[in-house]
Amino acid sequence: MAIDTRESVSAEHSGHTAPPVRPTRRRPGWLGPHLGRALVGAVGGYAFGHWIGNVIGSGYINVQGSGQNDVAIVLGLSIGVVGWLAGAGMLDYPLAKIAGREPLPPAPSKSWTRYLGPALDHKVIGLQYTVVVLLFFFTGGLLAMAIRTELLNPTSHVFGPGTYISVVSEHGTIMMMMASSIVIGPLGNWLVPLMIGSRRMAFPRVESFSLWIFAAGYLVILAALPLGGFPTGWTGYAPLQTQATGGMDAYLVGFAVIGIGMICAGFNLLATIINYRAPGMTWSRVPIFVWSVLATAALLTLATPTLVAAGLFGVLDRTAQTAFFVNEHGGSSYLWENLFWFFGHPEVYIMALPGFGIVAEIFPVFTRKPLFGYRIAAAGMIGVALLSFFVWQHHIFQSGINPDMRPLFMLTTELISIPTGFIFLNTMGTLWKAKIRYEVPMLFALAMGFNFLIGGISGVFLSDVPVNVTVHGSFFVLAHFHYTIMGGLVFAFFGGLYYWLPKMTGKMMDRRLGKWHFWAMFIFFNLTFLPLFLVGLLGQPRRVFEYAQNLQTLNDVSSVSAFFLGASFLIFVFNFVKSIFLEPKPAPPNPWNSLGLEWQTPTPVPAYNFARIPVVLADPYHYGTSDGQAVADLGPRTLSLAGVVAPAAGALDAQAVTGEEGSADPRPPIA
Amino acid sequence: MNGGGETHHFRRLGVIWAVLAVAFDLVYYFAIGPHVPPGTLTSTASGAQFDFNILFLVAFPVMAAVWVYWAYALIVWRGSKSDLAEPEGGPKSRGHLGIQVGWIATTTVIVLGVFVFGTVELIVPAGAGGGEGPSPIWTPTSHEVLPIQVIGQQWQFTYRYPTFGGFESRQLMVPAGTTIAFHVTSLDVIHSFWAYQLGVKADANPSVDNVAYTTTKQPGAFTVRCGELCGLWHGAMYNFGKVVPKAQFFVWAQSTEHRSAANTKNLPPFAYTYVPDANGANGGYYPDNVDPYSKVETYGATSPGK
Amino acid sequence: MGRGGRLAIIGALFAVAVGLVVFTVMAFLRSSPPTVDFTAGHQAGAPVDLTLQTVGSIGTGIHPSWVSYLTQTPGGQWVHTTLWDLPAHTRINVTVHQYDGGSPLRNQQYGQVTGTIGDDAILNGKSFTVINANNGNGVAHTFAIPTLGISVPLYANNGNGNLCAVAPCPTNSPHNIVRFSFMTPGPGQYPWQCFLPCGLGYLYGNGGPMQTIGYMDGFLKVVA
Repeated sequence: MAIDTRESVSAEHSGHTAPPVRPTRRRPGWLGPHLGRALVGAVGGYAFGHWIGNVIGSGYINVQGSGQNDVAIVLGLSIGVVGWLAGAGMLDYPLAKIAGREPLPPAPSKSWTRYLGPALDHKVIGLQYTVVVLLFFFTGGLLAMAIRTELLNPTSHVFGPGTYISVVSEHGTIMMMMASSIVIGPLGNWLVPLMIGSRRMAFPRVESFSLWIFAAGYLVILAALPLGGFPTGWTGYAPLQTQATGGMDAYLVGFAVIGIGMICAGFNLLATIINYRAPGMTWSRVPIFVWSVLATAALLTLATPTLVAAGLFGVLDRTAQTAFFVNEHGGSSYLWENLFWFFGHPEVYIMALPGFGIVAEIFPVFTRKPLFGYRIAAAGMIGVALLSFFVWQHHIFQSGINPDMRPLFMLTTELISIPTGFIFLNTMGTLWKAKIRYEVPMLFALAMGFNFLIGGISGVFLSDVPVNVTVHGSFFVLAHFHYTIMGGLVFAFFGGLYYWLPKMTGKMMDRRLGKWHFWAMFIFFNLTFLPLFLVGLLGQPRRVFEYAQNLQTLNDVSSVSAFFLGASFLIFVFNFVKSIFLEPKPAPPNPWNSLGLEWQTPTPVPAYNFARIPVVLADPYHYGTSDGQAVADLGPRTLSLAGVVAPAAGALDAQAVTGEEGSADPRPPIA
Repeated sequence: MNGGGETHHFRRLGVIWAVLAVAFDLVYYFAIGPHVPPGTLTSTASGAQFDFNILFLVAFPVMAAVWVYWAYALIVWRGSKSDLAEPEGGPKSRGHLGIQVGWIATTTVIVLGVFVFGTVELIVPAGAGGGEGPSPIWTPTSHEVLPIQVIGQQWQFTYRYPTFGGFESRQLMVPAGTTIAFHVTSLDVIHSFWAYQLGVKADANPSVDNVAYTTTKQPGAFTVRCGELCGLWHGAMYNFGKVVPKAQFFVWAQSTEHRSAANTKNLPPFAYTYVPDANGANGGYYPDNVDPYSKVETYGATSPGK
Repeated sequence: MGRGGRLAIIGALFAVAVGLVVFTVMAFLRSSPPTVDFTAGHQAGAPVDLTLQTVGSIGTGIHPSWVSYLTQTPGGQWVHTTLWDLPAHTRINVTVHQYDGGSPLRNQQYGQVTGTIGDDAILNGKSFTVINANNGNGVAHTFAIPTLGISVPLYANNGNGNLCAVAPCPTNSPHNIVRFSFMTPGPGQYPWQCFLPCGLGYLYGNGGPMQTIGYMDGFLKVVA
């Protein structure tokens, strides 16, 4: 597990005399970087930042009037995040470098405690990500059930209206943060290097950083509740945002923190996919999931900075009394709407594309057929990614923005349904005369198709400006995006988990419990959200705690189903705990008989993934051909390079082959 | 199970799809369509209903095509434990040029059709009831337009009738058979004026005059709800309005004008936007003495009274 | 221990843990100011007296600088709350002791008295229907129940006076007494609020106490 960096800086490699390097001392385990130290750092950082903020801001006129010091809250949260990162060891490497020392890598460990600290192995980080996104997801899910509890009755209330809006806002924000990373984080980090035949990510320390700052975002956004909650929903519209109580600072800082993590994760994946493909892994052989991650990573890298900048404006408005979003003082309430949705709409596809990738990956395996229209699938993902930057104003059709922009944004929004629809062409083509195996991952993939069709088609209704007048801001929108994100992405994610967990954990998930989970989730998901289309069409606005009496039956059907939907995840948790920890059943290296490169490795996947960089010979979708061609030459263990005709000319990256072949030490340098 | 030619499968699929699509669309058009919200109280409401119905009539066959195919595939092409032979793979199953081109062409035609339809339905009925901002480019043809100002504030809408002496009311009454221009603005955060049965929705932004048009038809009742999250009582920010015959409307308007005259003279002169002090009562958010923009103007007032 | 036993113990522990977390979070989220009960021992048809006070800063608790309403219990205790149980279809005689300074209204529409019995209110013994908030001491707060169409402006004290800053206020502090009556409707929860932007230090004066139950917002919980 150790990633030793000392060779990479030795004098003979660099060609000139390097200064003598003083290695850092290794600290005892409990002093080293880990979760506990991160928590201590977060609390200490918050207290310190809060104190500085009080020193700076307690004399401000607004602070004296309201008794609320946003400077202290913002500084507390920000320095708390820095403290968390320092505690997690994210600063050790750069600080040591500055001090002129060569930092030691994390202690080699096979123990489970390696999951509690910083890691440089993308497989460890992938599993850490899995735990954190599930934490996000279940927290947001519990809040969703709180919302549905309040909506059981149109007029009598379980929560106060302020608490209710805070719960709604918290649910939305947590889920959006979760959904932007739910696939990219766990599966993207775990699978991409394996799928492209790489031994690691391009920037392992950045990868670890993106995980730990993502986890910090969870704590920051949870802190919004004790800080008084925030009343704006996940969209955070200003100037309500500027007016809100202390929880709003947690929203702004939280989104900035998550945003930084998303940017880091995005460019790391971009760099990895572009530069770390194995020889022979040409663009026409890259698995479709990697294409989807590529498109998503580009969106993460390009769209998220807008959010971070907008959040900074919001923080300045609230702490330094600037007026970016306050009309009366020369700002504009439209500025936030435009900045937010300029991020927010690519974000929507950040939450759709990886789901497409998973489904397109699962279909060939369980139909035993090649993926139909591979090129069109890849082109569609890139097309969606490009177009997604040109549709954002459809969120603010009724806001009073220039009316002449409306037909244009109607057109781009409807055009994007063409490349989005390619996923149906791919899956339907793959089903043609197939032999479908109804394993749990396949069930989830099929359900994703069913749900996403409803979500996608209802999106066309929303894009139509005249219909948008009625359905905008209503439960119709809510049902629409729950169908695409929950019905699409989350179903695909769980399909992906059931599919890849045997490789990730080396244990098989229980098939029967998996099917129970699937059917409960599928049925109650649809029973929860189908009625909400009708509720919205019948005039119920989003985020209200009171609604018309005649809508109670539909709301109650939805609420009761939501409780069962929530309970269905208990089956998953039970299955996970039972199958991984209590009664582990070792998984064979390739239980689904897949051609994917990631399945050709032994289970558990060794450190550095491949004993030798594989030479990719074919794409992973040639099912049903009789020639029995291997997907890759994995080295002496399977095939030898000699005798195998090299694939397409120029496809071999000569440097990669010669650079790695015959190396006695299988460990690549990480610097 | 896997036997049968391509045409065989295509023919069966086509027949099932056509029967389902036509049957459902007929049922929808005659039985469901006329009851679809937001009803037919105004031109824009019935426009929205018509557009929704047309989109549904197009959407259902598309969804049915996918679902019928999937259901067919899931039943006919399911694998069995006994038959371990792999299905036919090879280059032929990796893509079929005709099908791919056909798919793209079909979806493009549908999408462009929906776009052209939506654009026409947006422009012809003068913005279809949506907020067109301060300078509308699609305006109604009628020469008699009743302006009503909608003022959003946390957390109630009030309505100002500039043609009746500028009185302000918490009740929204509109005459039947009349084209109405709603001028929507806000005194604080963003709200959204959603007159549901009127088929009107326009965001209320501070310092912005957001105009939406509709033409009422018969008398009836409607609900106004706030459609944009605006804080604590967003869920309670609603009121009920009425479309009444013209004569009745004039009686109501004139009597209300008369009744509220004492308060109307305290209101600021009618304007399309108002710029109240961003600080609220007694200052406090922006330091008053350093702000170049502050008008210390509370809904038209010149100075706090002390 | 057998397989079933182990699974059952783990499952039970897990359920208990989840239950505890949910219970704690719900208890936190459901915390609210107390509700003053005006229905106990109420004779059908008899009017109910509701006595309130408004103060410029509550002076205690976690937000000492916030403006607030207070409620007097039938027993004469001042309680920091805005939630009341009231009997349905009953005349409520409201008395507000107004201890706060004033300012113009954000919307002068709320300068008129609406929805009360007789469409008027009584300020220090004198009946009135409109207050021009731009003149005189201005308006301190309004008492408004939007869904019932009720709104009453509360005339302010002179801001230069020695205003009460810690609740409950002594009666020798400058104050106005506003009285009015209204009829409660059928059972239900009716939100009420203040329409004067009095949240000091918040944008538009509408944050903080203006958006917190127990300060300038509350519910009439009308029970049958």
